[in-house]
Amino acid sequence: MDEAMTTERIKFYQTGTFTAGNRLLDEATRTVQSRLDRTNSLNSGHRACQGCGEALGARYALDAAMRASHNQLIAVNATGCLEVFSSPYPESAWQIPWMHSLFGNAPAVASGIAAALRAKRRDDVTVIAQGGDGATVDIGFGCLSGMFERNDDVLYLCYDNEAYMNTGIQRSGATPPFARTNTTQAVGEHPGNPIGNGKNVPRIALAHGIPYVATASVADLHDLERKVTKAIGVRGARYIHVHVPCPLGWGSDPAHTMKVARLAVESGLFPLFEAEFGKIICSTPIRRKVPVERYLELQTRFKHLFGPPQDTEALAAIQAMADDNIAVYGLME
Amino acid sequence: MRMQIEGSQAVADAIALCQPEVIAAYPISPQTHIVERLSRKTKQGHIGRCQFLNVESEFAALSVLIGASASGARTYTATSSQGLLFMAEAVYNAAGLGLPIVMTIANRAIGAPINIWNDHSDSMALRDAEWIQLFAEDNQDAVDLHIQAFRLAESLSCPVMVCMDGYVLTHAYEPVDVPDAVQVNAYLPPYDPVQVLDPERPVSIGAMVGPEAFTEVKYFSHQQHLRALEVMPELVEAFEQHFQRRSGGLCSAYRMEDADIAVIAMGSVIGTIKDAVDELRNTGVRVGCVKIGCYRPFPKFQVSALLEKTTRVIVVEKDLAVGMGGIVSADVQSALQGRQISVHTVIAGLGGRSISTSSLKHMILEARAERLTEPYFLDLNKTVIEQELARRRDIRRAGPVAEHMLQTMNVIGTKVS
Amino acid sequence: MWQIRIHGRGGQGVVTAAELLAMAAFMDGKYAQAFPSFGSERMGAPVVAFCRVAEGAIRTRETVTRPDVVIIQDPTLLHQVDLFGGLAPLGFVLINSTQTLDALHIEEFLSTLPLGHVCAFSATDLGLKYLKRPIANGPLLGAFAAITGLIRLASVESAIQQKFPGAVGEANRAAAREAFDVVTTSITEQRGIVHHAHAD
Ligand SMILES: Cc1ncc(C[n+]2csc(CCOP(=O)(O)OP(=O)(O)O)c2C)c(N)n1
Ligand code: SF4
Ligand SMILES: [Mg+2]
Repeated sequence: MDEAMTTERIKFYQTGTFTAGNRLLDEATRTVQSRLDRTNSLNSGHRACQGCGEALGARYALDAAMRASHNQLIAVNATGCLEVFSSPYPESAWQIPWMHSLFGNAPAVASGIAAALRAKRRDDVTVIAQGGDGATVDIGFGCLSGMFERNDDVLYLCYDNEAYMNTGIQRSGATPPFARTNTTQAVGEHPGNPIGNGKNVPRIALAHGIPYVATASVADLHDLERKVTKAIGVRGARYIHVHVPCPLGWGSDPAHTMKVARLAVESGLFPLFEAEFGKIICSTPIRRKVPVERYLELQTRFKHLFGPPQDTEALAAIQAMADDNIAVYGLME
Repeated sequence: MRMQIEGSQAVADAIALCQPEVIAAYPISPQTHIVERLSRKTKQGHIGRCQFLNVESEFAALSVLIGASASGARTYTATSSQGLLFMAEAVYNAAGLGLPIVMTIANRAIGAPINIWNDHSDSMALRDAEWIQLFAEDNQDAVDLHIQAFRLAESLSCPVMVCMDGYVLTHAYEPVDVPDAVQVNAYLPPYDPVQVLDPERPVSIGAMVGPEAFTEVKYFSHQQHLRALEVMPELVEAFEQHFQRRSGGLCSAYRMEDADIAVIAMGSVIGTIKDAVDELRNTGVRVGCVKIGCYRPFPKFQVSALLEKTTRVIVVEKDLAVGMGGIVSADVQSALQGRQISVHTVIAGLGGRSISTSSLKHMILEARAERLTEPYFLDLNKTVIEQELARRRDIRRAGPVAEHMLQTMNVIGTKVS
Repeated sequence: MWQIRIHGRGGQGVVTAAELLAMAAFMDGKYAQAFPSFGSERMGAPVVAFCRVAEGAIRTRETVTRPDVVIIQDPTLLHQVDLFGGLAPLGFVLINSTQTLDALHIEEFLSTLPLGHVCAFSATDLGLKYLKRPIANGPLLGAFAAITGLIRLASVESAIQQKFPGAVGEANRAAAREAFDVVTTSITEQRGIVHHAHAD
């Protein structure tokens, strides 16, 4: 279990605060983001909301990718918040070659770029495709699966904020059970998103047997950077699914983005793991398990579960999902 | 009941009154408010046993409805722009199968460059997909057209698109008389399909047709659509009897009695054109306006009849056939074949550019003075074009056109006005 | 016809303000039209909404470029966005600000406006007082009724109540009422001072 050692969590945030510490680390292990020579791939001045997890995740991921690829990077972006807030002409927050085509075709456009590079004998350039959960698990899913199946040389990053945010918070295939969105309102007999739905794309990616699959979260930015860096070193189809809170869509305080993300991980609702060629090779253990309520209560999209009267059945069902993850991914071993 | 209400909400309420049994939708601006309200209403149990499916793409949305409609259910969806194009294959298919699906198009431009604002490029792209296309002038019209659409679709076994201008209508709050269930039930009979998947009486739907009959099948479709030109006026009459107001129709005239000049258009710009017509009339210009309410099938004879005394026609359209010019104006021209009328094409309001009364008035006077270039682009900023052309002459790797144009114009971020 | 332009930032409710104005006008038996200048803005970006009020049906769909009234929900927009562009010479301006007009340095834009047509007051403070949240809409609409006289305060209140039933609406109504009173007094004072000046 050499791998497991490399995933040892750096536990430098102090109890009660949610800032990630770098000062206590030696230079070599600090985040890319803390370096003076970071590339600011997604530069400041874009128009994301305050506390946007997606903006945070993309910035860390792309800067790490730039460093790992020696600045030889091309990125494709599906339609969605990230694309819209970063790019209205004549401005662009991107300092890297970046292209937006459509909502549902980012994986295929990236495959095309990879093919062109191959035709031109450029094996020094890394191709990244990125999109939200909607672009990834719903409308672009066919293209994504095709890209995996052909093992095209593309790293795909999914920023999962669990709904279609760009169009005003509608449900996606990644919206969790019971969550309120504008197409799964908190009304009627079963308020919020129906239970039993959802699509676990990391596991589906895994089933394609591609060289590298990982889940990551802005809860642990060191870990996110490490996984991106590792993925850049691998050839073929790679997939990283990043959990990114959206204060607007989740109804959470913009100042609580890190807190919310960490509670998703610490409760077991968002398991962090890595897989190679279809096999899970390691997962990140939970430090101190928290009940799912601690996570849910910070978000108005789950407000209806807290009543009155409290929806104990729903809360139990969500707790069961977390417990299941903990068992399946061995998060408490 | 007459109320001050958002266009999308009014339309959603009207759809609910039509009691669809299956709704499938995929979000895209500016259609979202309509389907969000329908999702809520279904979830609250306000639309009977209606099933609302949150699908994974527009292609899936319409495909779900194809299945549902073939099983005898009344069906509805709404989309815009990229979404309509994403479902394109199913759009043709639904029509070919003769399924009376009703779909709202919240009209929006098509990218690239990505643009979420209003024009008619989306429904124009699919104008020949064998769907009836109705265009709403205001939100009252939008509400009424949807109710008529179900009756029209089901009586002819053919799908109908109701086109309403994105944002301009979907997001506008204005007074609308939203009818009640009793009125709608009296006007709209229950759906009685001509073909249905039924274990009691098995039929095969959607099998292959070779060269022997494909032409005849298409000819039949063409005839069905032409029949819509006869059916629609009857539906409008019936609608008036039930609801005590006149709505919809193939085409209509405004102050055309003695007009030398007719401005022809579709959708919400009609309102602004009427204001321009009134203002010009006050200065003695004999101008009128013709609204096309039904674009497919195209009411050739009816339009031509309204232009009996006209010598000059100006078609104002929110779309562009690049490399050719106008789309609607080509249809108008074919309707006026053999007549001595000058037809001008005016491209306006692309990608959400506001069409002002003053620009319209200026343009009409220029047309009268024979000073319009063809096609004429309303409010075109020529300086920007010249600068960009010059730049491209000098630099080979000139980069994205849009980026540099906006830089020349000193625009920061997207702005609408 | 009256044309109103409302400036604010994404998330502050400019569209709701325009909608409420239109509803209030409707309740007064007038014709009204409200619409946003929608963009792809996120929370905090400058946004605009429009409203027209008339005695007869409104047909035009163009954006409002020659407003009779400009409402500014967020004072940080001053000197950032062209807020007063096209403002009618006898128009009205309503600004949500804790500062006095003098401190805002906008005289150059407002020089033609008659006395009592410009009003700066802290609608946000009233929002905080009644709603415990920095929401300026209710008070701004109350103030709108006071300075323009175009719609009745009672209609503003009913519109608010209809849009936000229950306690939130009640608090909003109270905030609108207080704003109406405060602004009415301030206008009367402004005019009073002028009368004095003439009398001297
Ligand atoms: C074919 C098509 N359908 C719908 C849309 C509208 N649309 C643009 S972005 C978006 C949602 C994006 O959701 P997601 O991928 O989760 O990204 P997020 O905005 O949440 O980051 C939708 C529905 C589109 N652009 N194209
Ligand atoms: S809506 Fe959510 S994902 Fe989009 S910019 Fe705002 S916080 Fe980020
Ligand atoms: Mg999303």
